[in-house]
Amino acid sequence: MLKKYLTEEMVQFKEEAKNWEEAIQLASEPLLKNHLIEKEYIDTMIENVKNLGPYIVLLPKFAMPHARPENGVNQLGLSLLILENGVQFDGGKFANVFLVLAAPDKESHLTLLSELSTVLSSQEKVDALASAKNYQEIFVILEEEAK
Amino acid sequence: MKILVVCGNGLGSSFMMSLNVQKAMKELNIEGSCSHTDLASSKSEQADYYIGSPEIMDQLNDGKRKVISLINMFSLDEIKKALTTHILEG
Repeated sequence: MLKKYLTEEMVQFKEEAKNWEEAIQLASEPLLKNHLIEKEYIDTMIENVKNLGPYIVLLPKFAMPHARPENGVNQLGLSLLILENGVQFDGGKFANVFLVLAAPDKESHLTLLSELSTVLSSQEKVDALASAKNYQEIFVILEEEAK
Repeated sequence: MKILVVCGNGLGSSFMMSLNVQKAMKELNIEGSCSHTDLASSKSEQADYYIGSPEIMDQLNDGKRKVISLINMFSLDEIKKALTTHILEG
């Protein structure tokens, strides 16, 4: 499932971002370009972090920006940004992997998240994601999960 | 025993965290239920323990609720340790 959504087009590699706001914007671009989300969704994700703190950093290095379905989601989608140099959040949390989740309702994404949860439970896989240099490496990590 | 896993929106991270908390509860033989919700709704929902990221727990902690903060919500070790300290030995 993860592989079906994280196609090559949805995965980007960049050296750095100015700050976490820019990282979320960059990471969301493929979703916006393919009309899976509206611009409002990006603004809301950033606003949420400003209001609630960097709770989207689910574990060291890994952030999953997201907002609610009614904040501008058209279709279920995932996009991934890997930064060579990560960004710092208020309070000292740090992330260089940004996986943007766009969920159109409360259920359709749960299978994806269960799969993702298995990936993130393995420190080895998280490290591999955080240091991935190209799509092929990401594909291999996701491929193993599908077995 | 009712454990409520809380995140900002109640549709992403809290769901994944609850999968891991359930796993940890099973391994530690803690009887009870574990559900997940968003910060706003959690304020009006009763639970024995509230679990979530430190930012969210700070906003929920009113001195009366029992809150447990997790740094890495995917580390089964960290969750088990937290449940042991707060619930089994608490």
